[in-house]
This record gives sequence, C-alpha cells and structure tokens, in this order.
Amino acid sequence: MAQFLQFALSGVTVGAIYGLVALGFTLIYNASEVVNFAQGEFVMLGGMTTVFLTLVGVPLAVAAPAAVIITVAAGLALHRFAIETARGATPVILIIITIGASIFLRGLAQVVFDKRFHSLPPLFGSDPIHLADASILPQSLVVLAGAGVVVILLGTFTGRTLFGKALIATASNRLAALLVGIDTRRIVGFSFAVSAAIGAVAGILITPITLTSYDVGTLLALKGFAAAMLGGIGSAVGAVVGGLLVGLMEAFAAGYVSSAYKDAVAFLVILAVLFARPQGLFGAAKPERV
Amino acid sequence: MSVRRVLDHRLAVIALVGAIAVALPMWFPSAYYYRIGALVFVYALAALGLNLLMGFAGQVSLGHAGFMGIGAYAVAIVPAQFALPAWLGLLAGAALSGIVALAVGRPILRLKGHYLAVATLGFGLLVAIVFTNETRWTGGPDGMTVARLMLFGRTMSSAQSWYWISAFTFIAAATLALNLVDSPTGRALRAIHDSEIAARVLGVDVAQKKLAIFTVSALYASVAGSFLALLNGHVTPDVCGFLRSIELVAMVVLGGTGSVLGSLVGSAVLVVLPQALTVVHEYETMVLGLVIMGFMILLRHGVVPTLAARAGVRWT
Repeated sequence: MAQFLQFALSGVTVGAIYGLVALGFTLIYNASEVVNFAQGEFVMLGGMTTVFLTLVGVPLAVAAPAAVIITVAAGLALHRFAIETARGATPVILIIITIGASIFLRGLAQVVFDKRFHSLPPLFGSDPIHLADASILPQSLVVLAGAGVVVILLGTFTGRTLFGKALIATASNRLAALLVGIDTRRIVGFSFAVSAAIGAVAGILITPITLTSYDVGTLLALKGFAAAMLGGIGSAVGAVVGGLLVGLMEAFAAGYVSSAYKDAVAFLVILAVLFARPQGLFGAAKPERV
Repeated sequence: MSVRRVLDHRLAVIALVGAIAVALPMWFPSAYYYRIGALVFVYALAALGLNLLMGFAGQVSLGHAGFMGIGAYAVAIVPAQFALPAWLGLLAGAALSGIVALAVGRPILRLKGHYLAVATLGFGLLVAIVFTNETRWTGGPDGMTVARLMLFGRTMSSAQSWYWISAFTFIAAATLALNLVDSPTGRALRAIHDSEIAARVLGVDVAQKKLAIFTVSALYASVAGSFLALLNGHVTPDVCGFLRSIELVAMVVLGGTGSVLGSLVGSAVLVVLPQALTVVHEYETMVLGLVIMGFMILLRHGVVPTLAARAGVRWT
C-alpha cells in the first residue's frame, strides 16, 4: 500500500506537467486547429531561461517571471512570423511548420545556452514530507499547486471575461465568431501567448525535480500530445485528466512492470482507449460532412 | 507526340529520375558523395511509401520509422543469430513488416486525423522501445554491427555499389507506385482521400483499401530500413525513433504530398541539408529549422507540385 501511494504521488506530479503541456496543445488547437509541436520547446525555454538568468545573478523571483515573458514573446513570434504568414495552409503543412519551429528553438537554445543538464533550487528545500507510509518532495506540492492555479485561472478567464468568451466562440465556430465581430486573428495570437506562458510555468515548476536541457521539449511534446488525444482533442478537462492518467500509468508501469517499458505500457493503454473510444475520453464524436 | 504530351506522361517522371541518377555521379568528387546519394535514394524509398499512404489515401502515420526499424534489425539479427545470408534477413524483415502492418493496421486505421497520428506514433514508439531494451538480440541502445551483404559472390560494401542499388530500387518502387496510383485501387484511394463516406457509398471497401496501402507503405519503409542498415554496417534504435518518423513526414510534405518526384526531392533536401550545414557548426540545428519553416511557408503545396504548377506540367 505504501508503494502504491508512493507511485501515485510521483505519477500525479509528472502527470500535472503533462496535463499543462496538453492544455497548451488544446488552447491553440481550439483557436486555430493547429497542433503546435513546439509546445514542448515552450517548457524548455521556461526552464532554461530561468536557470541561466539565475546563473548570472538574477534572483529567482525576478528570473521566473522574466522567463515567462521571454517565452510568451517566442510564442507570439511563432504566431506572427510563421503561422500568420502561412494562413490558409492545410493543417499538416502547419504541423510541419511548428515542427520546424521546434527544431529552430532547440537549435537556438543550444547556441544561447548550452548542451548540459541544469537544475534549479527547489522552492522549499529538498527534505521529503512523510505522508502515511510514502514521502513526497515539497517541490512536488509546488508543482501540483502551480498546475492547479493555472487551471483555475484559465477556467475563470475563459468563463468570466468577454475576451475569454470570444475565445470559446472562436473554438466552437471560427466563421460564426468572425461574423459576430470577433477578431479571430487576435484570438489565435492570444492562444499562442497563453500556451507559451503555461508551458514556461510548467518548465519552471518541474526543473528542480526532473532537470532541464535544450532537448527536453521533444519528449514532453510527445507525452502532452498523447495526453491531449487520450482526453479527446479540444477538451480542456480531457487534457488535464489525460495528462494525469499518462503520468500515473507511467509511474505504475515503472514501479510494478519495468522502468524500461513504462512508455510502452502508457501507449498500449492509450491505444486500447482509442480503439474503444475513437474520439478520446472527453471528446465529442463529429460526423463527417459529405 | 508534342513535348507537352511527353512531359505529361507518367513515365516521364521515371525517365527523369533515371537520368538524374545516371548523370549525378559525373560530378561526384569522392566516395562520400556516393554515400550521400545512396542515403537520399534510401530515404526517398521510405518517404515514397509514406507518400502513398498520406498523399493518395490521406492517412497520416507518425510511426513509419517503426517499419524501417523492423527492416533494419532484420538484416542485422538474421545473419548474426541464425547464420543466414543478409538478403534473407531483408525478405524476413519485409514479411514481418507486412504481417505487423496487417495486424496493427486494422484497428489503427479506424481512427481519424490526429487520433490516427497519435496511434501510429504510439506504434513507432513501441517498436523503438522493444529494440532498445531487448539487449540480448539487438545490442540495446548502442546497437549492433550489420554483416555486409553478399550479392553474386561479391561483398556489397562500397558506397558506390549502394548508390546504384538504392537508385535502381527507388526507380522500381516509383514505377510500381505510379502504376498503383492509376489502378482501380489507386482511384478508390483517392476517392477515400476526398471523402470517406462518399467513397463508401460508391461501394469502395474503405477499410480493406486503407489496410492494403498501409501494408504497401510498410513494405517500402522496411526495405529502406534494411538498405540503411546494410549501407551503414551498423544499426541503433535511432533508426526507428520518433524524430525519424517526423523526418519522413517532413520529407513527404516538403517535397509534395501525392508527388512521386516530391518524395525524392524532400529526401534530398533533408539528407543533404544537414550535411551542408556542418559548415555553420553550432548554428546547424537553428538553420535547419528555419529552412523547413521557410520551405513550407513559401512553397506550401510542397516543392515539386508548386514548381510543376508554375511550369504548367501536370504529372509529378
């Protein structure tokens, strides 16, 4: 039982980060139908920028927000210079463009930063907190709290503000949104900015636990994408639940089966779920129009 | 026949590729260039298979490198473990890839769009994980050496011989692909691409046609993987990694989905570019990303279809 709890705690921690990456995917997908494979690079940029700012003596309290702002700038630039200029291209072309962007950002990080692994000091030290028979790092609680705050803020924003409602309108029908006077281009740009911010926050939160380097983005994008699909693309609830599930499956597979095959177990479960529910857990089945 | 009619004939593409393959070595200053040339044709073969699936049937696969991996490890394991010739390994790999494609394809191809993408991605990942962890058979993450191919009593080890083998195989595969596209199956696939429901209403067995083309594309990738392993004399799990699958998709889209010549152009760009970019040292990855973005923004239907449309040529 102690083991079970231990695996569950570590699974939820990693799962919260996957959930945030999946949420970033979902936001951009809803606004523009683009699957942004540079989402993982936002996580990397958040973590790496914070690390290097603190290395040159900037206090963490300043470095972290600065890293988020820099990542948001990268997200806006990606939208303005790549997605916007390629307007009207098919979704698969746009996907390749975001893959190009992720390669570019990885290359940029190699040049500006370096190729080594880096860490950040955990916010509340590294003495584990004992919980029943299991122990949890204080930073894991920070990750969970941070992820919770992001989800609540995003939920409040989209549900309560005019801009947020415009975002929902754009997601459900872009043409209709345009016709009632919503500037859908700004909405899409905004979704890139928010996704970048969410990614950066995820990167800063997780770096003290899992370390970061210029190439952590690929695996995170892959897991986040899988999580978003498991939840059902387009569903924000699905993204978070999918992320947590992928994290938990990995942790249990690593603990009870074998750590080498943890990704295999996670993907086998995802495949099994998709075979049973081709639209994901929370996705709505859309009939094809002829 | 007028010049236009000749250019529009589908075999013009084959003639063009053949001419390029024969003419290029005249400007090759060293064996290194033969090696790059061989790599271009090998990747073009895998990309062509994927292009049949993406361009004609409209189904995406983010796990096609998995089949390359099966082909690559087959030519490595069969001679090493069973003391059988490498060409038998190539056939065994192709057979296994075909069987796996048939088995996996049936449930996976029921999924659509991004769900299909994530399922194929999962498949590719599973293959890579198995090859990485079954160290006893595959040498684990460090990979294993591949015995040279013996053909007609001669060892195929020079880059030059592999250039000709891969160029010839690509041309044969391209001929097959062009004939397939013009067959009833090809027309059925294009109908599926336009609208699955409309195709079904017309009496097309959608599931069976999709499965058929998925299997063919798996065979192309498997043979390409075998060639790659034999050419390099070494194989590591990187051959079937996620990035390799992405690279194949990028080759197809960059060259032009649905264009046979496009597969070759896409492969040429993405094989030659990283080699050429070594001159800019640490900026290599950055420039590669920028070039991919630039190509897709400026030539959004892919290099070959965009240029062909400008030149007024129909067949690509």
